[in-house]
Amino acid sequence: MAYTEEELKKELETKEYEYGFYTDIESDTLPKGLNEDIVIAISKKKEEPEWMTEWRLDAFREWQKMKEPEWANVHYQKPDFQDISYYSAPNKKPKYNSLDEVDPELLDTFKKLGISLDEQKKLAGVAVDVVMDSVSVATTFKKTLAEKGIIFCSISEAIQEHPELVKKYIGSVVPKRDNFYAALNSAVFSDGSFCYIPKGVRCPMELSTYFRINQAGTGQFERTLVIADEGSYVSYLEGCTAPMRDENQLHAAVVELIALDDAEIKYSTVQNWFPGDKEGKGGVFNFVTKRGLCENNAKISWTQVETGSAVTWKYPSCVLKGNNSIGEFYSIAVTNNFQQADTGTKMIHIGNNTRSTIISKGISAGKSQNSYRGLVKVNSRAKNARNFSQCDSLLMGNECGAHTFPYIEAQNKSAQIEHEATTSKIGEDQIFYCNQRGIDTEKAIALIVNGFSKEVLNKLPMEFAVEAQKLLEISLEGSVG
Amino acid sequence: MDLKDKLISSFIAFEDNINVNDPVHDIRSEAIKNFELKGFPSKREEAWKYTSLNSLQKIDFSVFPKEEKALEYKDIKKYFLHEIDTYKIVFIDGVYSSYLSETTHDGVDVCLMSSALTKPMYRQIIELYFNKVANTKESLTSLNTAFSKEGAYIYIPKNKAPRKPIQILHLATGNEASLMLQPRNLIIAEENAELQVIERHQSLTSNEVFTNSVTEIFAAKDARVDYYKVQNDNENASLVDNTYVDQKEKSVVRVHTFSFGGKLTRNNLNFYQNGEHIDSTMKGVTILDGKQHVDHYTLVHHAQPNCESHQDYKGIFDGRSTGVFNGKILVDKIAQKTDAFQQNNNVLISDTATINTKPQLEIFADDVKCSHGCTIGQLDEDALFYLQSRGIPKKEAGALLMYAFANNVLESVRIPELKTRITRIIANKLGVQLGFEL
Repeated sequence: MAYTEEELKKELETKEYEYGFYTDIESDTLPKGLNEDIVIAISKKKEEPEWMTEWRLDAFREWQKMKEPEWANVHYQKPDFQDISYYSAPNKKPKYNSLDEVDPELLDTFKKLGISLDEQKKLAGVAVDVVMDSVSVATTFKKTLAEKGIIFCSISEAIQEHPELVKKYIGSVVPKRDNFYAALNSAVFSDGSFCYIPKGVRCPMELSTYFRINQAGTGQFERTLVIADEGSYVSYLEGCTAPMRDENQLHAAVVELIALDDAEIKYSTVQNWFPGDKEGKGGVFNFVTKRGLCENNAKISWTQVETGSAVTWKYPSCVLKGNNSIGEFYSIAVTNNFQQADTGTKMIHIGNNTRSTIISKGISAGKSQNSYRGLVKVNSRAKNARNFSQCDSLLMGNECGAHTFPYIEAQNKSAQIEHEATTSKIGEDQIFYCNQRGIDTEKAIALIVNGFSKEVLNKLPMEFAVEAQKLLEISLEGSVG
Repeated sequence: MDLKDKLISSFIAFEDNINVNDPVHDIRSEAIKNFELKGFPSKREEAWKYTSLNSLQKIDFSVFPKEEKALEYKDIKKYFLHEIDTYKIVFIDGVYSSYLSETTHDGVDVCLMSSALTKPMYRQIIELYFNKVANTKESLTSLNTAFSKEGAYIYIPKNKAPRKPIQILHLATGNEASLMLQPRNLIIAEENAELQVIERHQSLTSNEVFTNSVTEIFAAKDARVDYYKVQNDNENASLVDNTYVDQKEKSVVRVHTFSFGGKLTRNNLNFYQNGEHIDSTMKGVTILDGKQHVDHYTLVHHAQPNCESHQDYKGIFDGRSTGVFNGKILVDKIAQKTDAFQQNNNVLISDTATINTKPQLEIFADDVKCSHGCTIGQLDEDALFYLQSRGIPKKEAGALLMYAFANNVLESVRIPELKTRITRIIANKLGVQLGFEL
């Protein structure tokens, strides 16, 4: 055989983080540590109104009472919250009218990441609200969107310009005291994206933001709020890469989606933060709270490809409050080396005739641990709720682990719930079958992994699907189980 | 005084009646310490997320029954599987009833835990097996170990099998206003031995009973053990059943649990596979109504390669009942070629019934076949209509479908009389009379 397991292992181990570079841009950074003064300082720096400062302080006080959760199936050195700087913004911050004015160094960074703004502007038709270390630097396509009445800006801008919307919806799906990291985020969030689609408007392009953690020792606390008003539609993309770092970086984002009557939100994520090196050193801690609320006939669809981060703790959820609402969750989680992922979803059925679908594909290699944790809950008044869940795991090598923790709670007799899970490896007969037909082992593996993930990959928008497939290739192509 | 304190102080009184110089007593002392440390499990613990013991802890249970009460065979005959000849080990309020029992030492030992724990001839076996597979960290198991004194002791030597099945019956007479029982069973099947056990807990009055039972089963190479648990108790009886199974290579252990009654039932079923080519089977039918609560908590630890495990639990829930299924399959790194299957199907009949299920997989080996399936649903409307259109009344049609639903589990019951009995209990539970047997 041309390509052996040993070779693959070697390749996987030596595979360096492709996006591990560090951009030298002066940053405006607050001193390390967290107290009420810091919270006020952040709020002041962002020139926020008083109600927002109060809101942050309230969250901070709640956070102080909370304990870090320990139930997840991950083990890590807990971050020291007093050893983190909670605010860092690229220093040169003029408002750009065209891309030419943007710091060339920054543009270069984007090029390395393959998200060249102008190219995307022309070819992909994607408006990118680039968040680099917490502050929006460039917002494109604003005009096109504005014509439709769509608001797509940074959350700090939204707090200034659309306070009524922010005030009404922020914290409505993920309350300040929801959990430890959500409370922390509510207190110190530096920036993020805000999106509002007016009644009956179908957003003409895929909205997207790219998050990057840049400044050393800076935690990134993103806050995203997407509101789809009645009968509207939006597809939102989020993609992440981070430079190589030796110390662990904390990322605790909160994403809130609100789909009002008949609205639809499609939220896709490709997450490729630095997972740590092959000894498990470094890497990003990704503790994210993502949740969406569906009103009548609304639909929220989460699609995620999780390949990065040292520790992932992430459960994009749907609260199916309205009648006939639909929640979907499609996920591929790939772990390698010492990565740990505990990810899944929650589907809370409250309205009548609600439907949810969960498709989760976990691929573990190296010494990684990959867990699916999900909750399907049918309220006693939720008539005719329907759920289908499928969790498949693929194991490569015998030093990794795959775990499934599905919680199913049904309190209504008309509920129909199905859950199935399988764990397998790539069969030698499958490889042999491909070899027989002239496909070499490496390609055969790629083919099988791709087929294994197809159900989820298909749900991604075109631009992302290509990127996601590449990511899968990086970590897993050519594996003989 | 709450129940925990009462139990801990009762231990001192308990020590007065037993030989404290016995090596077994060190195990007991250790166990009570662990229970004192851990206390009763609370809902904050992941394993007890859906089952609360709080209400039980408020009841002032008698720990030692004061007087013995004799029962007539005719009054309790219906609780036996009397259609066939069996060995019987009967306990009334936790005390052995020789009058109702039929034990043996003819080639095999079917007798009492109390004699096994005290008589020198059993010492070697007790040292080898007693409390060896039970989880010494688990608080309720520790509690039982601390008070372990009585129960069934079954020892089947190499290549032997008892002539007939063995029944273990625990009766509570209601002599006390509320009674806590802690039976301890030890079952050992040596190489190529075979046995069948039927276990039942039955309360005869509406007085509160709380049973915290521990059963240890050891199946040596090629041994075959069938264990049937019939749980059809009245609505003031609560049961926490901790069963631990240690299996060696090529052994087959099947545990069937039929839960039709009781106020609160918690079945902790733990299988440890310590050899290759082991087959472990856990099956259960649960049919509940009223305010009943049944929690099946299973663990299969695949610690060696080439083993199999099969789990199949069916539940039908009516009234305000709650069903819980928490199944865990753990596959060690070396346990390659494991074939583990877990299935849990549920039907909710009423809007006030609840089902919480968590089929869990933890896998560290790559060359395994592990799958689980879990469903919650209703009876098929089309199938109901089909039966009705052929003249079968709706109620019977529904019952028929539920039979079919539970039949997978019943199929593997290897005592035909028991199967018939269970079928009848199910019919009774569903409120129908069918003119045939499945």
